Amino acid sequence: MFTYVLRRLLATIPVMLIVAVFVFLMLRLTPSDPAAIIAGDNANTEQVAEIRRRLGLDQPILSQFVIWMGKTLQGDFGESFFFKKQVAELIFDRLEPTLSLAFFTLLLAILIAIPLGVVAAYRHGGWLDRIVMGFSVLGFSVPVFVIGYVLIYIFAIELNWLPVQGYQRLGQGIGGWLQRLILPSITLSVIYVALIARITRTSVLEVMNEEYIRTARAKGQTEAKVLIRHALANAAVPIVTVIGLGVALLIGGVVVTESVYTIPGLGRLTVDAVLARDYPTIQAVILLFSLAYVLINLAVDLAYTFLDPRIRY
Amino acid sequence: MSIEALPAELVDGPPQRRRSWRLAARNPSVIIGALIVAILALLGALAPLLDTLPPSEINPVFRNKKPGAERVIRDSSGAEQKYVHRFGTDSLGRDVYSRVLYGARVSLIIGVTVAVISVAVGLAIGLIAGYIRWLDGSIMRIMDGLMAIPAILLAMGVVSLSRAGLIAVVIAIVIPEIPRVVRLVRSIVLSIREEPYVEAAITVGTPTPLLLVRHVLPNTVAPLIVQGTFICASAILIEAILSFLGVGIPPETPTWGNIMAEGRSLFRIYPHNIFYPGLCLALAVLAINMLGDGLRDALDPRFAKRV
Amino acid sequence: MAGTASILAINDLTVALPRGADRANAVEAVSLSVDPGEIVCVVGESGSGKSVTAQAIMGLLPAELTARSGSIRLEGEDVLKAGGARLRHLRGTRMAMIFQEPMTALNPVMTVGDQIGEVLEIHTTFAAAERRLRVLDIMRAVRLPEPERLIDVYPHQLSGGQRQRIMIAAALVLDPALLIADEPTTALDVTTQAEILKLVRDLQQRRGTGVLFITHDFGVVAEIAHRVAVMQRGRIVEIGSREEILRRPRADYTRMLIAAVPPLEPPARPPKTGPVALSTHGLSKTYGSLGLLGSGRVVRAAQSVDIAVRRGETVGIVGESGSGKSTVARCVARLIAPTAGEIRIGEVDVAQLPERRLRPHRRNVQIVFQDPYRSLNPRRTVGMSIIEGPINFGLPRPQALDRARRLMTLVGLAQDVLDRYPHQFSGGQRQRIAIARALAMEPQVLIADEAVSALDVSVQAQVLQLLDDVRRRFELAVLFITHDLRVAAQICDRIAVMQRGVIVEQGVTAEVFAAPQHPYTRALFDAAPGKDAEFGAVAGAA
Repeated sequence: MFTYVLRRLLATIPVMLIVAVFVFLMLRLTPSDPAAIIAGDNANTEQVAEIRRRLGLDQPILSQFVIWMGKTLQGDFGESFFFKKQVAELIFDRLEPTLSLAFFTLLLAILIAIPLGVVAAYRHGGWLDRIVMGFSVLGFSVPVFVIGYVLIYIFAIELNWLPVQGYQRLGQGIGGWLQRLILPSITLSVIYVALIARITRTSVLEVMNEEYIRTARAKGQTEAKVLIRHALANAAVPIVTVIGLGVALLIGGVVVTESVYTIPGLGRLTVDAVLARDYPTIQAVILLFSLAYVLINLAVDLAYTFLDPRIRY
Repeated sequence: MSIEALPAELVDGPPQRRRSWRLAARNPSVIIGALIVAILALLGALAPLLDTLPPSEINPVFRNKKPGAERVIRDSSGAEQKYVHRFGTDSLGRDVYSRVLYGARVSLIIGVTVAVISVAVGLAIGLIAGYIRWLDGSIMRIMDGLMAIPAILLAMGVVSLSRAGLIAVVIAIVIPEIPRVVRLVRSIVLSIREEPYVEAAITVGTPTPLLLVRHVLPNTVAPLIVQGTFICASAILIEAILSFLGVGIPPETPTWGNIMAEGRSLFRIYPHNIFYPGLCLALAVLAINMLGDGLRDALDPRFAKRV
Repeated sequence: MAGTASILAINDLTVALPRGADRANAVEAVSLSVDPGEIVCVVGESGSGKSVTAQAIMGLLPAELTARSGSIRLEGEDVLKAGGARLRHLRGTRMAMIFQEPMTALNPVMTVGDQIGEVLEIHTTFAAAERRLRVLDIMRAVRLPEPERLIDVYPHQLSGGQRQRIMIAAALVLDPALLIADEPTTALDVTTQAEILKLVRDLQQRRGTGVLFITHDFGVVAEIAHRVAVMQRGRIVEIGSREEILRRPRADYTRMLIAAVPPLEPPARPPKTGPVALSTHGLSKTYGSLGLLGSGRVVRAAQSVDIAVRRGETVGIVGESGSGKSTVARCVARLIAPTAGEIRIGEVDVAQLPERRLRPHRRNVQIVFQDPYRSLNPRRTVGMSIIEGPINFGLPRPQALDRARRLMTLVGLAQDVLDRYPHQFSGGQRQRIAIARALAMEPQVLIADEAVSALDVSVQAQVLQLLDDVRRRFELAVLFITHDLRVAAQICDRIAVMQRGVIVEQGVTAEVFAAPQHPYTRALFDAAPGKDAEFGAVAGAA
């Protein structure tokens, strides 16, 4: 098992390296001069040259990469062109809203989706199953922001139960913080719930066809225990895998949800940065999100050691 | 079906694969999904003939009208005609109904284009990765790296590299979709390679390229069609999100996404800008997902799992 | 006969198949009984309905099958009429079942101790400590080594035989009156099978359990049955004592089955004197490496194997799983490249030839694979599969088709079925097609890699006959890989016995069978089920 853990840890390095290379090349891949794009249409040659020097674009590409990697690993992401602040500072500012949103969404999604999926598998073919499956396809199909606006319309505008948009820092009171997170979390969780419910149902159903389920029944075990102890326990690995992979959807959704609900988080930062072509920020955000994604999936891989003894021994 | 193997009699019946396609044609999800998509495509294609106004025609006088608002238009011969803005107008006075119908074109075209390109490129790379051992490792590393970046971010990153436009958006959406196709194709290749009938073909001297085309490739058709369908849905969604965020197709060419983007600021008072295109978007993506689900259930490719 | 003291009395049971199946009922009007302390074997080929019968007793029929009529009395109680809760109570306490594949029949994420203990958990009120003691007890009774250690181990850490013992332990821990065993040894090696059969017999004797033992192997029947029921297509063809069925079968079907069982005594064969077509010298295949930390595993699948096959001769490689026999076959067919050694086809050493230089030699060695359902491309007509090879080597299509047609007649199939797809044929027919495909290349060497192992015994006899005919007609050198000693005895001129990658004994079949030298060979022959039995009153004319 130790070698497994070690190998998984080591495997993340080449992946992050590729991400880093891609992110680094992003700026250097533009067909036109990146410095000119940043400077804008009205800049003169001196300003463009100045930007080029500032970005270090006049040096050979390999040394640019090394310098950039070095700085990044120390947490120095450079200065944002647009916000005129250190990118690291920007990111740190926006961390709390995004993490709060992500945390609640994950909690909501897992607590709702897994039981839903299990019940759908148990009552396979029945009306509950069909509803869950129907909801899941809907959840994939309706875009996050449409769901957001629909929810805002119903709950905030018409019924006036919840605030329409905005975010309140935890430090300013937990009540307001929670209140403002309800609608965004629900919005974001829809697609995630759809995904997890579906994979839970599918995995449990697949597992129910395995031979050891028949053995358990042959021992006289009740259907409920067969479902939980035998089926779910074995379906856990694919379910947890998808939870990890689905975080990619979550991250994408965060970007949109923060825009809809005007939450000042990392997602909004990304959008603003892309619109302003603020490359240092774009690079930093992509790197960070990818790192988060890779680490979460690493955690999933490590979780396997608990879920599947074949990996442990 | 029978409980154990069939007894030794010749069973008559058409070959397996045609039976699956026929099954697909009767699957309710497939029928409904295909029907809806066809209708939307038709609406988009025939948009000029369906009582629409030019979608980028700005008319500041009539801006932000609620659905059902009427107005008088002079047509080319000078005669006056009544026109009803079924879906209202946006903040620049453009008719939302017309924009939604024209928007169908772009959204659907992007979906299909992205699907076709990603499947084609992914197939090629996947075949190489599956069959040429020494390239497999590096190719899959790169794919893992690309997959580590969430799709929207990747797309946004690529878009930020160049001027906004159709081609940029298509490329931006294609790139994150390719790794998944590569994974799928590679896994199919790896498992088919182990099948005895492929080994038999090797022993009778079939050279590798012919092996790939004749024995491996046909097994990829059904899963790729299913996957392509899901990619189409995903592409339409991503394009909508990109446009909604303002980093997609510029608003002169209407897409459902940028129509909604446009209506964000005054959403509280004029929700129609978001709801009508949103409805169409949801419907289109839903239909395509249903189509994909139905195809997958009918063709039962062991590999085309949704996720 | 079903007396009132019978543990199990099935009377006139009919289980219906859903519409569209190849027949109306999975089992029809089946009646049989099991008395205390008796082992009743239900024997039949695939599709005979023997498994369905077993499942019906336990109430574990799949949803599509329904018991239409009849009764199944377990200690006098009709289980077909029992409700869910009653059935669940009976399962594990009064009747228990063990299955064919111990790997898949055990939950991979639960310790084996917990899985045995589960039976106690469901049906008794014992505390955890008491349960553990009883689990250890039953583990000792099924002769598992080191029960205190194994109790906390997971299924994948055990061997196939050990896993089957766990299944038996879980089945017998509450001393049920009836044990149903559905092909429990089919997936096990011959030596392991012998141990498990002995275990079942011993346990059953000591506890007086009635056993319903499902199998397709008459050797197993000969080894342990008291009474035998023969099934065909859902019906009972004949029931009788072991002596009656094996020696004096009355029904035609039973006679046919008995006659198809190859005897364990090899017939006398003249030595073959043709030129050596295939020879290997020092053939070795090693997998894996030590890795960076020296912790990798090295598997020596084949070590220094020397074999020679003459034209017109059949040489068998006999061994259990992991013996390396398949590895040798795949090396000879150059599906994999050996790590060391020579493989001479005629005069040419093909062991290390790169693909391009190898290709012209490929036609000389052809192979028939084990699984008839996967060795033909399901998307191509059988005709296309047969002519693929000849066309690769330049034969024009019309001539290739001609050859295909002639070969189809040769293997006993009609000529006009070339346009059909594999799924339209039965397993035995597909193997014939596979043989035709191999012959289309006009090879010198034919490898049969467990080519009849997946076939029913009656079909097996036919295909073996075909292989023999084909060998004689074309003077082929046949390398026959098998784990089945009877089959080896029947058609091999010489055999090589392999264990863990090494040939432990090699020689003329009759000599090796009569006087095995190596202890492993002796153990192998000792373990062959039914080795002391005589089948059929008529000497089998194979």
